[in-house]
Amino acid sequence: MRFFLRRAAFYLFTLWAAITINFFLPRMMKGDPITAYLARNQGTVSPEAIESLKILFGLNTDRSLWQQYIDYWGLLLSGDLGRSLSKGLAPVSEVIADALPWTLGLVGIATLISFFVGTSIGTYIGWKRGSKAEFLVPVTTFLSTVPYFWLGLIMIAVFSTTLGWFPASHAYDKTVQPGFNWEFISNVIYHGTLPALTIVITSLGGWILGMRNMMITVLDEDYITVAQAKGLSPRNVVVHYAARNAVLPQLSSFALSLGFIVGGTLIMEMIFSYPGLGLRLFEATLAKDYPLMQGIFLVITLSVLVANIIADMAYAALDPRTRQEEAL
Amino acid sequence: MSAATGTIEAVTPAPRSKRFSESFSILRNGKSVVGLSILAFFTVLAIIGPWIAPYDPNAIDLEARNSPPSPAHWLGTTHMGQDILSQIIIGARDVMFVGFVAGFIGTVLAVLVGVTSGYIKGAGSETLSALANVFLVIPGLPLIIIITSNFDDPNMMLIATVLAITGWAWGARVLRAQTMSLRNRDFVQAARANGEPLWRIIGVEMLPNLMAVIASSFVGTVTAAILTQTTLAFVGVTPISQWNWGTILFWAQSQNAFPDRWWWYLPAGLCIALVGMGLALVNFGIDEYVNPRLRSAGKRARALRKRGFTQADATVVAAAGSIAPVPADEAADALEDDAPRVETSA
Repeated sequence: MRFFLRRAAFYLFTLWAAITINFFLPRMMKGDPITAYLARNQGTVSPEAIESLKILFGLNTDRSLWQQYIDYWGLLLSGDLGRSLSKGLAPVSEVIADALPWTLGLVGIATLISFFVGTSIGTYIGWKRGSKAEFLVPVTTFLSTVPYFWLGLIMIAVFSTTLGWFPASHAYDKTVQPGFNWEFISNVIYHGTLPALTIVITSLGGWILGMRNMMITVLDEDYITVAQAKGLSPRNVVVHYAARNAVLPQLSSFALSLGFIVGGTLIMEMIFSYPGLGLRLFEATLAKDYPLMQGIFLVITLSVLVANIIADMAYAALDPRTRQEEAL
Repeated sequence: MSAATGTIEAVTPAPRSKRFSESFSILRNGKSVVGLSILAFFTVLAIIGPWIAPYDPNAIDLEARNSPPSPAHWLGTTHMGQDILSQIIIGARDVMFVGFVAGFIGTVLAVLVGVTSGYIKGAGSETLSALANVFLVIPGLPLIIIITSNFDDPNMMLIATVLAITGWAWGARVLRAQTMSLRNRDFVQAARANGEPLWRIIGVEMLPNLMAVIASSFVGTVTAAILTQTTLAFVGVTPISQWNWGTILFWAQSQNAFPDRWWWYLPAGLCIALVGMGLALVNFGIDEYVNPRLRSAGKRARALRKRGFTQADATVVAAAGSIAPVPADEAADALEDDAPRVETSA
């Protein structure tokens, strides 16, 4: 129980920190893009929209900082993230709600594939120490040092522009009606293949290397020797004795590097004009649409936190020690 | 842990000459030598770039627009006839500067927070650890994009600082774990019992044993900083008139150089990847220095196969110690590093 309480406290703390950073960011910046925008569009902005923008960006200078902070929390708890300046004053929460599923689908699936494939390959290479398969380590390491966006552009140049195998942009064809039918789903998969493949290629190296190194360390342990001396099948030893223990650090580094991975994959959406949060963030940056930028940052942080919680649960399921602590 | 004897042996102040050769033994590792050579090449390029660049990277030559590599322009020209080789040479300075400055600031932060939170106990330690974890979980790139887009003309020092502030946490986490495991070793307790002052315990007794971890966290921060910085330049958040390899790619993409004008976009991307590879190789070297199992595992397995043992026998035989025993000093190293490297979630 203690394990879960500690984790819960940590997540609440991180959530609070992210929201507070979001509160202070615009207040630390010099310049005031919002007032300028409101002055230019007098009369077209509704009073409620003005009010929430003022709270978000600290324009209520007549109120104390503490009161501003309280107002800000009130606004967030009511689900109001302000209005997007570049999307015709649509509520930021709606813009994000449209984009979030695409990001979760693309980045989530690609990251999971990369993790599982990379960990499996790493297990194999670690088990077959010194074999020919080791060449994969430098190759995938090289691929993971290549900038995401550059590889993405080259993938488009090769597989889309030159060979014409995959579409270069968007999540589905304009001619296809969105809906829960095979035509639409297959179209989405077709469009998502290239960006997903790029994410997998660039992130595979880290998982392979991490798992290989852990396997090599774990394989020297006495319990592996005992398992082999008992005459267990190699497969059994690899899966249930070696990999099972080697995967634990892999899982916690998965949780902790998610923030980094998600950051990188957002760039892929910009390259592939994929209608997710990354592309929206990019557009918002170009248009200096600060409410949208901040809302996206908050939602990305939240998603990473949720993914972390899931990774924690998987860790607890795989490592009985965390559960034993509970019984004590 | 059962490694007490090995540990003491490994960290008793050795004769000065041995210490010296040990601290440079990283140079005997082929991978790190290659990696360091790559880094040295680009560092020199960054320093002498402005003197050896054949052209002014901004010089417009309308006669030679979009020309492929030729004796006059080794890497061809842009849509305005600018020399791409010169842009790459000039751009190296920004990339290396931001990378190393961010790495330096980030490592200093990591050492301060990591070692402190590893050495002290109680609430202070937990708070610092939580702080590092928060910085790990919060996605850095969106935050950096938001911060830098708030500045009209962010200079390289500012970008390096922002990258360091968002990138120190991983190193702090690893250092904390390593410090915690060192804190209770016999030689540190002996130093404490001798009444050595705190700065001496940390600076003289513990820091040398943390050097490998510190070096690897420096390398990691530099890698991340270079990737992020070129990404920022490519996205167009940082000034597009300031040459670095990301800026070159920004122009290549905005002028539709993909896929035909390969000389415009391939070299810049390959340079980034090459520097990244150099850093990764250095890190491999450090890993193998810290964890000798990584160094000898392949050799041992191959040696066994040559003698006709199958893979399944390998572990048993090697563990029994009858074949290819690890040299004594390596064994001591291994024991010293037996402490888990961070990985359990706090």
